[in-house]
Amino acid sequence: MDELMLDGNAVAGLLQEVFAAEMTTAVGTCASCSAAGPVGAVHVYRGAGIVLRCPHCDNVLAKIVKSDSRVWIDSTGIRTLEVSA
Amino acid sequence: MAGTAVLGRLNWQIADVVELITETPRVKTIAFDVPGWAGHRAGQHVDVRLTAEDGYQAQRSYSIANAVDGTRVALTIQRLEDGEVSPYLTDELRPGDKIELRGPIGGYFVWEPSDGGPLMLVAGGSGIVPLMAMIRTRATAGDNTETRLLYSARSQDDLIYRDELEHKSGNGLTVAYTLTDSQPPGWTGYARRVDPKMLAEVAPGPAEQPRFFTCGPTPFVGAVAEALVRLGNEARAIKTERFGPTGG
Repeated sequence: MDELMLDGNAVAGLLQEVFAAEMTTAVGTCASCSAAGPVGAVHVYRGAGIVLRCPHCDNVLAKIVKSDSRVWIDSTGIRTLEVSA
Repeated sequence: MAGTAVLGRLNWQIADVVELITETPRVKTIAFDVPGWAGHRAGQHVDVRLTAEDGYQAQRSYSIANAVDGTRVALTIQRLEDGEVSPYLTDELRPGDKIELRGPIGGYFVWEPSDGGPLMLVAGGSGIVPLMAMIRTRATAGDNTETRLLYSARSQDDLIYRDELEHKSGNGLTVAYTLTDSQPPGWTGYARRVDPKMLAEVAPGPAEQPRFFTCGPTPFVGAVAEALVRLGNEARAIKTERFGPTGG
């Protein structure tokens, strides 16, 4: 058990800041294992940046780095993201 | 869900401190008036931002503790001795002070009476806060959804909202406690860490398809979720909110 692990909820504010939408209920599909699930259920690790991992296969879904003036997102590990319109 | 604003920018707002309530020696509830607050759902949180005179900013997330009540937003905050934000919020704020917050945030770790049950809530320490918002929302709505709370704390003095939970019990709400470090004389609740046997005794069986919400320190939530899956519950029925090793 990694004591530093958090849930997708921990980046809800940051994601809403970027996408201007509630993102924890958005459904993402893992590019590695194809499991689909809500962003709120992903595993989140916070260090110098933020890493989102698949709760099923541990694949890195996304990496997020935030500075005062911009947010950088690498979402290579997410095949699709479905957001309620 | 009806009435749910999905699209929406998140803006920092000024919140006025209106009331401070001492819950335990280390925990306070701070009630704010947030002009223009459009309401929230049980389980959502806000981000709080403090700015020092030199421009340095510190930001934390706190669960909303109250049911919707006009423009009132209540946060129940545990003071962390080496914390950067919580000692200021719990020790320095006075009615009339202003802070910056934004929200409500989140839609995954949320329950509304129309979602139904049975509801099984498992709280570790101050992880009770978003679950209490669900219990309060249920009570405010006059909802009788079968709800069980298993609340783990170190000692009786660390239990938050104890009187209110006693008062709200009944009408389909049952509360079980476990005190892990010390128990008062005559204690009849559990006296150990939450384990599969305890969850099997307290929670509805998998056949009843309960909705689980568990919130607390990361190791606590991980152990609860693992035990619930081992008892035969579906992982997707278990919503988790971890707040890190110390509480963020």
